[in-house]
Amino acid sequence: MNFEAISTEIFILVLGLFAIVMDLVLPKNESRKSIGGVLVFALTGWVLYMFSMYVPETAVADGSATTRYFMDMMYIVDNYSLFFKQLFMVATVFTLMFSMDYMQTVLRYKGEFYALLMTALLGMCVLASANDFLTAFIGLELMTISFYILVGARISSVNSSEAAVKYLVVGSVSTAVMLYGISLVYGSTGTVQFYEMFHNQHLFTAAGLAGATMIMIGFFFKLSVIPFHMWAPDVYQGAPTPITAMLAMGSKAAGIAVLMRVLYVAFPLIGFYWLPILAVLSAVCMIGGNVMAIRQNDVKRMLAYSSIAQAGYMMVGMVSADYPGMKAVMFYGMLYVFANVGAFTALTVVEQQRGGSDYKSLAGLAKSAPVLAAVMTISLLSMAGIPPTAGFAGKLYLFTAVVNQGYLWLAFVGFIMSMISVYYYLQVAKAMYLAEGDGKELHISGAVRAAAVLSVIATILFGVWPEKLAELTNLAAYTFLQ
Amino acid sequence: MTSFPLLSAVLLAPICAAVILCFVSPKAAQSVRVIAASAMTVALALTLYAFFSYDMTAGGMQFTESIPWIKDLGVHYALGVDGISLPMLLLTDLIGLAAVYSSWNITNRPKEFYILLMILIAGVTGTFIATDLFIFLLCYEVVVIPIYIMVIIWGSTKRVSKEYAGMKLTIYLLMGSAFMLVGVVALYLTVGDVVGFRTFDMQALAVAGQNGLLSEEFQIFAFLLLLLGFGSLLSMFPFHSWSPDGYAGAPTAVSMIHAGVLKKIGGYGLIRLGLLVLPLGARFWAPVIAALAIINVMYAAYIALAQKDLKYVIGYSSVSHMGYVLLGFACLNVVSVSGAVANMVAHGVMSALFFSMIGFVYEKTHMRSVTELRGLAHQMPRVATGFMLAGMASLGLPGLIGFIPEFTIFVGSFSVYPVFAILAISGIIFTALYTLRVLAKVLFGPRDSKFDRYKDARGVEMMPLVILGIALVGFGIFPQVLMGMVGSGTEQLMPLLDRIAEVPGFIGGIR
Repeated sequence: MNFEAISTEIFILVLGLFAIVMDLVLPKNESRKSIGGVLVFALTGWVLYMFSMYVPETAVADGSATTRYFMDMMYIVDNYSLFFKQLFMVATVFTLMFSMDYMQTVLRYKGEFYALLMTALLGMCVLASANDFLTAFIGLELMTISFYILVGARISSVNSSEAAVKYLVVGSVSTAVMLYGISLVYGSTGTVQFYEMFHNQHLFTAAGLAGATMIMIGFFFKLSVIPFHMWAPDVYQGAPTPITAMLAMGSKAAGIAVLMRVLYVAFPLIGFYWLPILAVLSAVCMIGGNVMAIRQNDVKRMLAYSSIAQAGYMMVGMVSADYPGMKAVMFYGMLYVFANVGAFTALTVVEQQRGGSDYKSLAGLAKSAPVLAAVMTISLLSMAGIPPTAGFAGKLYLFTAVVNQGYLWLAFVGFIMSMISVYYYLQVAKAMYLAEGDGKELHISGAVRAAAVLSVIATILFGVWPEKLAELTNLAAYTFLQ
Repeated sequence: MTSFPLLSAVLLAPICAAVILCFVSPKAAQSVRVIAASAMTVALALTLYAFFSYDMTAGGMQFTESIPWIKDLGVHYALGVDGISLPMLLLTDLIGLAAVYSSWNITNRPKEFYILLMILIAGVTGTFIATDLFIFLLCYEVVVIPIYIMVIIWGSTKRVSKEYAGMKLTIYLLMGSAFMLVGVVALYLTVGDVVGFRTFDMQALAVAGQNGLLSEEFQIFAFLLLLLGFGSLLSMFPFHSWSPDGYAGAPTAVSMIHAGVLKKIGGYGLIRLGLLVLPLGARFWAPVIAALAIINVMYAAYIALAQKDLKYVIGYSSVSHMGYVLLGFACLNVVSVSGAVANMVAHGVMSALFFSMIGFVYEKTHMRSVTELRGLAHQMPRVATGFMLAGMASLGLPGLIGFIPEFTIFVGSFSVYPVFAILAISGIIFTALYTLRVLAKVLFGPRDSKFDRYKDARGVEMMPLVILGIALVGFGIFPQVLMGMVGSGTEQLMPLLDRIAEVPGFIGGIR
């Protein structure tokens, strides 16, 4: 039992338990922000520490470093999973930073919020490291069940409860579909391990293929890929804004992390079945998500559709099914975190202090909170892929990878749709800069300001000089395919 | 290596100004303006130094800088200028400085305005001096978003609302660039496959393209994608309709920069990427471009005749002038391409001056209709001088900046497309008609007492007229300063142009 391999997960679990204990120890009417503060510092420290866990490229190439496993082969800790764990933790740290004020004023049960956020994070980390379908399933359930509760955390709000119920029902259905698929695959191949499925000819049976399809559909539900996206807009709109942010960055990236491992490690043998499907679905996502986002008047809803489109972009990288494609997906996933942090920071403050998240509530934000308005604009432009933001570099990585595999038409769809997306992102900018608001100054705490400024610095830095992030993703993708 | 990074300094001057402005109090309007003006003065001074110390006999890229930037994409932070980009850089800084002065009287949120203006100028500067395609693209698209925000906040609503104008402009340019990006990605990968390593270095791409490493089919396909992108930026027919609407809605400084330099990125890109990297593609599509160019010249000039709004007249006039540039490019010989480059500079200066003067008149009178304004020369003699200078240059009066470049284009094109050349020359008649009609109505005629209360330009307000006027007359009297520089750049194209002259184009071997 190599407990060192799962030190990250143990650490997160301890943090979650710590949040529960603190909540019990603290007097009832005292602010729970201190818990959030501790979590932010602890997680930040751990993210930095994790850089030392990476196995260097040379050590992998000459075979001097062996991949770390836990519990036989159920759990794998490689550079790929380390990268995604860092991504989830960065997303959580930023979410904690900009949500502490919001949680303190809006939620009734504050301590539980922190504990559940940690279990959701734990679920994501398990997903990134899962090396067989059962572990993946446990991680997925740990994550989604935490999110069911978090989505409904605003018990005074009808929308929030509706979103939670909707998410629960749709999520359970997709879980059931996926579990059925896993049982079919297990029945035909006799294993649930990804590595053992790699060469298993029994996957070519009718039951095996049906099972693989159902597993993929289950993941598509989680990624809100069209046509399995119906839950996303309602859930995004109803959930407390920081949770919407976590759904968009964390939950989606976790789904992508495990989906890539499933596709490339477990199912490469049937690649010629799923590659065209993936290509078409990614195009459908890019077109559908961007077109439907245009007519929304609630910014959270708009971001829900935009996140569908973003899932499409990331699937473009998966279609290329090689090392540049994987690297591009990881790169894009990371910069999407920073873009979302920027957008949702502003949105959280607005929802908390103006009571809404539609375009009207954003009116005049450029006057009442110029920093947040600028951060929001730049973050949205990063999602659209306009230089000098990181989104441009990310899209360039994605589309060069896929064009290199001969899918020129996907690049056409991708670039044209991302230019169309500028239209609705600029509607937000228009509302903030042109419309006259009430002119009242918004109260912005230091943590919120720090989250906003740090995210935008990262967005511009990775846009103008993506070298360091590119190196890290290169390492993760390169060692994954060794 | 230890030499002073001149071009980086030119690029960083506006960027530094933008960063500094972020920390200036919004109420300190005068500090904001002075900082912006100083930054542009520094940039212009450095550019002038580069312009006059450029070694024309040596030619080629000079003042080069190169730092490895993103290794796995093969990107270098590489800057350099040659005889084609240096005039464009000079144009950018001239108009940038003039635009700063033209916006001197903006009272609504001056801080944000100047920050966006500085980002805009930095973006345009970067496109002209980048010798790495990635850096070029980075700067190319940076400019679009500040323009949108500037149009919707500081623009003016007349025939179309400023929100509509801003969005139309943005969408047209972004859609064009979407096609261009696909073309660039395809080009980048194909060259990477051929030469064995991925690179965005324009020189390396050009070497690959000119040495026959790229198949003719690929060049034809990729050039079409680039043409859609650069053509819509250059307001090539039928992608021109954003231009008049956009200029009409935009604030003065944006109109000046957009018509003056931003549009020229289209022509510059066509030469730098289209011709140098994809010569066979350029050859193939040249007859189509030439035909579209004539439509630009004639059709836009014809529409300009009927316009009542001064900004629309100049907007369509700029579309018409871009036709000459396209024609010069499409003829694919050294003389005509030199004319095209020089004409971009000439048109940049004159249209910026025009928009600056219109902006001044509009700021004072809130009128820009040809039917409302009249006899302004009585009250505003200095502004009238500006109008006259720009108008005369526009119709190609010898002694001003417009004459030599246009003449060069006609000389170069006559041997290639004689019919098109004659049509283009006759387009000057239309140009003279609409320019003289507007000038006569707005400036001359009986004194109208309702304009008596408006003061003429004075002090700082004179600066755009002085800066652009000097360039307009200076380059007119000493055309060799401009043409020599352009020639030193286009001479390098001679072997390439001679080689592709024998290749059949879109309509076969006939030229």
